[in-house]
Amino acid sequence: MSVKQISVFLENKKGRLAELTDALERAAINMRALSLADTADFGVLRIIVDDVERCVAVLKAAGYVAQVTEVIAIEVEDKPGGLHHILKVLDAAAINVEYLYAYVEQSKAAAVVICKVDDRGKAGDALKRAGITTIAADVLKTL
Amino acid sequence: MIWDTEHETLPRGELAALQGERLCRLVDVLYRRVPFYRRKMDDLGGKPPDIRAIDDIALLPLTTKDEMRQVYPYGLLAVDLKEIVEIHTSSGTTGKPVVDAYTAGDIDVWSEVMARTLATGGTARHDIVQNAFGYGLFTGGLGVHYGAHRIGATVIPISGGNTKRQVAVLQDFKSSVLTCTPSYALYLAEGAREEGLDLSKTCLKAGFFGAEPWSESMRKEIEATLHILAIDIYGLTEIIGPGVASECERQDGLHIFEDHFYPEIIDPATGKVLGDGEKGELVITTLTKTGTPVLRYRTRDITYLDRRPCACGRTSARMHRVLGRTDDMLIIRGVNVFPSQIEEVILAIEGVEPHYQLVVERRDQLDELEVQVEMNERLFSDEIGKLEAAERRMEEMLYGTLNIHTRVKLVEPKSIARSEGKAKRVIDKRVL
Repeated sequence: MSVKQISVFLENKKGRLAELTDALERAAINMRALSLADTADFGVLRIIVDDVERCVAVLKAAGYVAQVTEVIAIEVEDKPGGLHHILKVLDAAAINVEYLYAYVEQSKAAAVVICKVDDRGKAGDALKRAGITTIAADVLKTL
Repeated sequence: MIWDTEHETLPRGELAALQGERLCRLVDVLYRRVPFYRRKMDDLGGKPPDIRAIDDIALLPLTTKDEMRQVYPYGLLAVDLKEIVEIHTSSGTTGKPVVDAYTAGDIDVWSEVMARTLATGGTARHDIVQNAFGYGLFTGGLGVHYGAHRIGATVIPISGGNTKRQVAVLQDFKSSVLTCTPSYALYLAEGAREEGLDLSKTCLKAGFFGAEPWSESMRKEIEATLHILAIDIYGLTEIIGPGVASECERQDGLHIFEDHFYPEIIDPATGKVLGDGEKGELVITTLTKTGTPVLRYRTRDITYLDRRPCACGRTSARMHRVLGRTDDMLIIRGVNVFPSQIEEVILAIEGVEPHYQLVVERRDQLDELEVQVEMNERLFSDEIGKLEAAERRMEEMLYGTLNIHTRVKLVEPKSIARSEGKAKRVIDKRVL
């Protein structure tokens, strides 16, 4: 079960991220999760939002290069070893994790891990066999 | 299509005889009527009686732009001012402009060579020519205008800029031929897409692009986005404007209209005339111009000549697309670098649109060349590693071509200034 993440190219320039968040605020788009990976020159912003299509349209209209990337979202128990348990399963199935980021759910004692893997199908199967459930896109929105 | 079959397919022997005749007449006129040229000929020793055939041209003095500027405004006139019907000048961005003054006969020749140019890409009476070259002192606008008139095509003198209106005219008037700078062609295509125009459904069939350096990859980009045949044209104000040379539909070098403009290639350092295929500076002599004729003008454009017959039937010498400028040439760590070489490399990498800029800086006595390339949808990845790998790949390919290390930097779309005229590709921050 995959989730749509939006990836955006950003130059490492003062105020560039704020300009983007300003565009999202004006369009009333809510970010559920975010991660920013960067080098000295540029960065890639990865966000999970409530309205993917509209968000991409807003970003493109504002002149950004934005792309939808399929990732998986996994609910993890908010306790020591929670993430490790998942990584062990993926590692055992020889699945490569390109990157991941997480956020903690306030409503319950759980964290959500957003994960980009090289083989989503295989990862889904391995997690399922281990009794770990991935979160569907529509469920993620309501968390 | 060949506009003037008689002159454009003249056997080379006859062409040389015609050129010789015209050169003798030119040298005679210049010696008698233009003190500027008489002084130069006296200084060097080659005078009218010594010139009997076209090959004797090597005995005559070369002329530089700086020398021509010194006799601004009317020092190059070979006729009485009352014979002049129109004046154009070079941009004058680097000093006093060079004046090109046309007699009625010169305008007639200009119309002819521009008709030949437009005909290479198939322009005919029924065509609608959207002329987005600037009208004014710049020769691009009126040169195309006269050529289109000579053919009998419909010309829309829209001039440069105002992209929204260009897009509307393109759609509403069903323009079939576009003329502008190559960078503006891409800018226009981008504008048309933003207006929601499907470029595969316009009536455009051909485009004539010049007035700035461009590359084979940029041509492919223009042809693919605008769905046209893109013809490279060449000319310069000091000679006549556009109409000095044009590609034919084979797109294999630009045919120089040699019965009017005699080409030579010289070594820019020594002035020695080079053979066919040897890269050097293009030198042009106007064989038929009467208002301000020009003797052995150093164009500062780097190219080479090919006098072998072309499959199109034209017998004229072909010049390779301009490889660079003697004065735009960047010397980086002692290596001669032409922006066009860098452009070829970047554009060869799939997915990169030709929006780039070169920034040269000197750090700790060492020149550094940064190549900024705008990000686009096809090049983008959500993985940092892949983006960095793309930068490294471009750096490696640039090293393979230039033999110097560069730093490629990906920048956001539209962060590099777009020009509606000539593209500003190089920023040289070196303080020497």
